[in-house]
Amino acid sequence: MPVDTRRDVRTRSGPGRRRRQVLPAVVLGGALALTGCSSGAPSALDPAGSGAGRVANLWWLLFWLSMAVFAEVMAVLAWALLVRRRPGTRVRHGQPLRFVTVAGAGIPLVILVTVYAVGLRDLAALGDDPGPRAPTIEVTGHKWWWEVRVQGVDGATANELHIPVGEKVRVRLRAADVLHSFWVPQLMPKTDLIAGEVRETWLHADRAGSYRGQCAEYCGTQHAHMAFLVVAEPRKDFDAWVARLAAPAPAPRTDAQRRGQEAFVQGTCAGCHAIRGTGAGGRIGPDLSDVGSRWSIGAGAVPNDGGHLGGWIANSQTVKPGNYMPPQPVDAGRLPDLIAYLQSLK
Amino acid sequence: MSTTAAAPAPGASREDLAALEERWGERPSLRSWFGTVDHKRIGRRYLVTAGFFFILAGLSALAMRTQLARPESRLLSPQEYNQLFTMHGTAMIFLFATPMLFGFGNFLVPLMIGSRDMAFPKLNALGYWVFLFAGLFMWASLPFGAAPNGGWFAYVPLTERTNTPGLHMDVYSLGLLFLGIATTAGSINFIVTALKLRAPGMSLNRVPLFVWAIVATAFMVIFALPALNLDNAMLFLDRRFGTHFFDPGAAGNVLLWQHLFWIFGHPDVYIIVMPALGIVSAVLPAFTRRGVVGYPLIVFAIVAISIISFGVWVHHMFATGLPRLSYSFFSAASTIITIPSGIQIFAWLATMALGRVVLKVPMLFLIGFVVTFVLGGFTGTMFALTAFDQQVTDSYFVVAHFHYVLIGGAVFPMLAGIYYWLPKITGRMYHEGLGRWAFWLVFAGMHVTFFPMHLYGLFGMPRRVYTYRSEPGWDGWNLVSTAGSYLLAIGLLLVLIGVLHAIRRGRPAPPDPWGADSLEWSTDSPPKPYNFPVLPRVHSLHPTWDEASRESMGAGATRDRILADGRRTLLTSELDGSRERVVEMPEASLQPLVLALAMLVFFTAMLVAWYPVAAVAAVAVAATIAVWLWPPRRPERELGVQP
Repeated sequence: MPVDTRRDVRTRSGPGRRRRQVLPAVVLGGALALTGCSSGAPSALDPAGSGAGRVANLWWLLFWLSMAVFAEVMAVLAWALLVRRRPGTRVRHGQPLRFVTVAGAGIPLVILVTVYAVGLRDLAALGDDPGPRAPTIEVTGHKWWWEVRVQGVDGATANELHIPVGEKVRVRLRAADVLHSFWVPQLMPKTDLIAGEVRETWLHADRAGSYRGQCAEYCGTQHAHMAFLVVAEPRKDFDAWVARLAAPAPAPRTDAQRRGQEAFVQGTCAGCHAIRGTGAGGRIGPDLSDVGSRWSIGAGAVPNDGGHLGGWIANSQTVKPGNYMPPQPVDAGRLPDLIAYLQSLK
Repeated sequence: MSTTAAAPAPGASREDLAALEERWGERPSLRSWFGTVDHKRIGRRYLVTAGFFFILAGLSALAMRTQLARPESRLLSPQEYNQLFTMHGTAMIFLFATPMLFGFGNFLVPLMIGSRDMAFPKLNALGYWVFLFAGLFMWASLPFGAAPNGGWFAYVPLTERTNTPGLHMDVYSLGLLFLGIATTAGSINFIVTALKLRAPGMSLNRVPLFVWAIVATAFMVIFALPALNLDNAMLFLDRRFGTHFFDPGAAGNVLLWQHLFWIFGHPDVYIIVMPALGIVSAVLPAFTRRGVVGYPLIVFAIVAISIISFGVWVHHMFATGLPRLSYSFFSAASTIITIPSGIQIFAWLATMALGRVVLKVPMLFLIGFVVTFVLGGFTGTMFALTAFDQQVTDSYFVVAHFHYVLIGGAVFPMLAGIYYWLPKITGRMYHEGLGRWAFWLVFAGMHVTFFPMHLYGLFGMPRRVYTYRSEPGWDGWNLVSTAGSYLLAIGLLLVLIGVLHAIRRGRPAPPDPWGADSLEWSTDSPPKPYNFPVLPRVHSLHPTWDEASRESMGAGATRDRILADGRRTLLTSELDGSRERVVEMPEASLQPLVLALAMLVFFTAMLVAWYPVAAVAAVAVAATIAVWLWPPRRPERELGVQP
């Protein structure tokens, strides 16, 4: 068994770990060209926290055991096809029940009991409560975006949540409409969001970085565009993020931004969206108080830049067909102001 | 053990044959086409119709793969994609896999057990018509843009009316309720046929493994399907009449749907795979030149799976946050269910290693099956471990897993079965070279399509997304999958061409082209309407290989197994297959078609909310059943109650 699953994931980096992944990668790739590879992918095999780290270790254990049994099966098959078809070979009529029982039941039983025990330990570890002093982030799944709040703080944001590096953070999950599933492959396996119930999981990152997450339970038309980002950062940056959530949104500084704010608050935008510290208090769509700093528009649908933002406001249906934001009757003249204002909200 | 099929001296006289032809033969007419109760014609229709639905579901998959070839493709709208993936899954599971295997069962079970038909031939015909109409009912919604779109497991509350208005999920719930009638009827028929209609001498320990598998499957259907029917009935009531079974706002429970669905759904995986494994056990002896190793072990495995599979459903719900204790229980059960499959795999491997493998096309597909199914089995075991399951469930990893299991474990054996029994079904041999090309293309296409899905599943790509962005780096692998799917499609097209070529140009098949062991090979290819001129007396597990069983249909035939003075077959005892009495079998009838049509009207009227029409159709259903069940006026004696 080449994988020591007990080793602390935080020490699992450097050349040793890479070497361990080379052979499987070659085996996995097989004859297929290694196009695309996993570079930059939110890969469960590139864990950045103790939850996903545990599961990655479990995977390598299962992978190598599978390869061993596969080799056993292929050996018997090869013997049947190559050796036993030579000229002069005669059919044997025995009933090798012992072979069938040992290879088909005995050996698998030993393997299965072992991996079951390991799996049980991992199940328990993933279910551990992060403790009373861990920060709690409240996540609510909507069709098709994530509402994010920090327990004890009034403000909200969307599709992005921050955690302090090296600390366990409790995540409390609710579904506003249908089922969704909260999945950050590099940090933590899935937990479903169940309509009418509350679920809890936790996140833990052992290195700073941005980790992509995505809804993993089919939730309707735009299930494909329901991604989010987990930003793991030093504790002081995390505290600053929480403080920003509690504070009013930045006031407009230029004339264009001021006109944009006016258009936002007095126009149709405020019917659905809130911006803290302004008259806009809609609760149907995401809170936009920090929209300028977000990684994307439409929960991972398009990058967050002026052009995409303008396109989204004018008619988000062309970007994310079927989402609940109708095309907006904004004057072409007011649109640049609106964009300028929203981009200033960082 | 002799393996040559020596032409037996005829056991039935020319007069007997003429009388049998008179009683059983169906003259070509419209009435006989619609009214036939011949299990072979019905079996063929099941195979062809399921094949047709397979093509539709396969084309849906090709459209999806084309959409996913590149990131942010706009070939399909999300609404279209979501209907296509739902119909792909629903049709592959409900309209292809089970009906296809029921088709094999229908054609083969009476032949394998030495009977002249199924126990309830009219019920059999009803099953086919209901299956056909339910399939058309569901597919017909697609051109209207009203096809089911909630995924094949249709989780609430997404599938409730507030979240999915329109007919989509009504088509799903009513279609599956309608189809369930066919599946249930077919299952009851298989059980009774296999228990009561076996040839004399075929005690339980001489029942072919394929028949064991079909019977175990039929029992599983009968216990599993009510959960699905209940689920769908509640969903329809919620959607149409405003009940609140699944409405959390009114103390309904959304997880109730999942529990009931998977109490059906996990056994259903085995309902699909088990008869296919039965095909493996049936085909293997002919191409290894010996009987399958460990007959009692395989029977044990079949029975064990059919029981344990009812105790593993929660592994489909490992991410829903149920109590950890229940997870550890269901994780253990899901782990243990690997053992019976392991026993079967190694029994087949031992058979290949001790026998002498003949590499004809059916055997190639069996080897492809072993390689693919074993890989799918490994990932299946991984899913039994809750922590790992939570990481990869609902990602492309699980899509890879179940396609390995279902294509490897069900489609490959079916393809082996198609090539193997084609001579028996059509009376024509297939083209070996064409078949080899088909195998290699299907095998390569399958792995090129689905192997990369393991990878991009692990790399974080969730399933059921109509598109994806290029940043996560999934595009290259997706392109590989799409290329593989075209390869797979070409391979499957070659299978179709091979079948058509055999029917048109194939050379005539002898009764037993393979030197095989089971009873269907001891009669003509294709069999006469009455299957066997003389019903055999079975002396071993491999009747076509043993002299005494063959002799029983030839010169050693006794009069009481010819039964030419009526449309008759033999009833035997459940355990030891000893002769009980002669039964009269029903003639062709239009009642099954009429009843199925009335049901179609009923379900269609329910769908479009024409309740008065539905009421009339319900009366028509009741009336047809009453006419069907009305006691016949013929005296008991003529019914063959007399021994």
